Amino acid sequence: MISKFEVQETNTMISEMKLDVRTITMGISLMDCGHSDLKIFNQKVYDKITRLAEKLVKTGEDLERQFGIPIINKRISVTPIAIAAGPVETNSYVPIAETLDRAAREVGVNFLGGFSALVQKGYTDSDRMLIDSIPEALAVTERVCSSVNIGSSRSGINMDAVKKMGEIIRQTAELTADRDSLGCSKLVVFCNAVEDNPFMAGAFHGPGEPECEINVGVSGPGVVKRALEEVKDADFETLCETIKRTAFKVTRAGQLVAQEAAKRLGVPFGSIDLSLAPTPAVGDSIAEIFRVMGLEEAGAPGTTAALAILNDNVKKGGVMASSYVGGLSGAFIPVSEDQAMIEAVQRGALTLEKLEAMTCVCSVGLDMIAIPGDTSASTIAGIIADEAAIGMVNNKTTAVRLIPVIGKDVGEIAEFGGLLGYAPVMPVNRFDCAPFVNRGGRVPAPIHSFKN
Amino acid sequence: MKGIITVLGKDQVGIIAKVCTYLAEQNVNILDISQTIVQDYFNMMMIVDIAKPAKAFEDLITDLHELGLGIGVEIKLQHEDIFNSMHRI
Repeated sequence: MISKFEVQETNTMISEMKLDVRTITMGISLMDCGHSDLKIFNQKVYDKITRLAEKLVKTGEDLERQFGIPIINKRISVTPIAIAAGPVETNSYVPIAETLDRAAREVGVNFLGGFSALVQKGYTDSDRMLIDSIPEALAVTERVCSSVNIGSSRSGINMDAVKKMGEIIRQTAELTADRDSLGCSKLVVFCNAVEDNPFMAGAFHGPGEPECEINVGVSGPGVVKRALEEVKDADFETLCETIKRTAFKVTRAGQLVAQEAAKRLGVPFGSIDLSLAPTPAVGDSIAEIFRVMGLEEAGAPGTTAALAILNDNVKKGGVMASSYVGGLSGAFIPVSEDQAMIEAVQRGALTLEKLEAMTCVCSVGLDMIAIPGDTSASTIAGIIADEAAIGMVNNKTTAVRLIPVIGKDVGEIAEFGGLLGYAPVMPVNRFDCAPFVNRGGRVPAPIHSFKN
Repeated sequence: MKGIITVLGKDQVGIIAKVCTYLAEQNVNILDISQTIVQDYFNMMMIVDIAKPAKAFEDLITDLHELGLGIGVEIKLQHEDIFNSMHRI
């Protein structure tokens, strides 16, 4: 029988250490919505999303109450629109983004991901139209998130798309300049994007996924931090064991919620994403974990090693706790969404270059980083190329979510609000990379992709 | 189905009586109770059988929470599965 100690431990994790289930994301296939008429396509998309996700938010709230554990976000991911909208005859996909936004508002989810294209090897006409529609789509919608996969370990890197995305990020920033270029916080450029990621802004429902499914993202940086405080001077073996045990418990809570949500909604359970996702709240931070591990600030020498240890042991602990692990699964290091990361930047401890090194061992990449508003499209493309190369060569997902804050310069603060937080504008290397980026074409797949 | 009730707050006369009276009215059977008081701080855990409650589980959660507010303690009812999942393989 459950002991009082165990009950207390769980409830303290929830009330004091901010243990929560970060997101229940319903993946919905839009493959059957195709139609040449834009209006009919939009109606089919709207009807399908609102029908399948009608009870998503209510189910999440019921589970939250029954188990006494907060479920912060209820979200939706859909088939990449560049694929789903292939048959539509139109000259812009902005009306589709508006339809997705309306559907998201109708069912009460705060974000809907999938205004996406997968162009790692090249563009279809539909991919091209989607990418051209991104800046306006993100400016006129509130809840729609967009992502573009520009490379993979299997196909190499589409450098035409890298260059293009540098320009698209700048245009998106300019169209939302009145809101500190907020549009860019809803746009992710990926290498090796995963098809069942429940986290925004990069979620989409990949072509290999079922008709509809539930993916759950767990969190709990606060719980890991508190557990590590108990073993402050212990050696690395103890450190790793403690992270594993904690990750196990956190993931079990997510697994329970995922299975129960899938059962009640009558759709299959997809996978659990074992990610430590911070929020701007104090005590819910990856960088605070680094401090407890013995680093003065995130960015100090040793930070990459600390992150590698954290990431690996979260996975080792979490894998046994869940029947299906998927998504991105690792520690996120977004700057604006993590209070202690922001402090590290402000104190000069953390630079863009160190963050890049950290992305070699973390789950994603350069995430929610504000850069000067006058950063050129080619410089942004150069940064994307660097991240994509790290992902391609290391067989991991990498991503870039940079926000060139129009009208602001190094040291100023960009405010995004809510879960997106705020971020100090960070300096970017000013040496030119335009001739490199402008070469065009594709980077061939790396030698280790030939595994057959 | 079993539920776990936790009560936390400043000790006073009649906390257990009030909770138990409510549970009896709702046809909820108490399987186990443990209670400690540390420096006037009341800490109780109950395991209850909610196989055939008079009201829905959701309503029991709300009622117990309100009962707690009335006497100045925090009362929670949670489905036992959250603890089983986290602490048992």
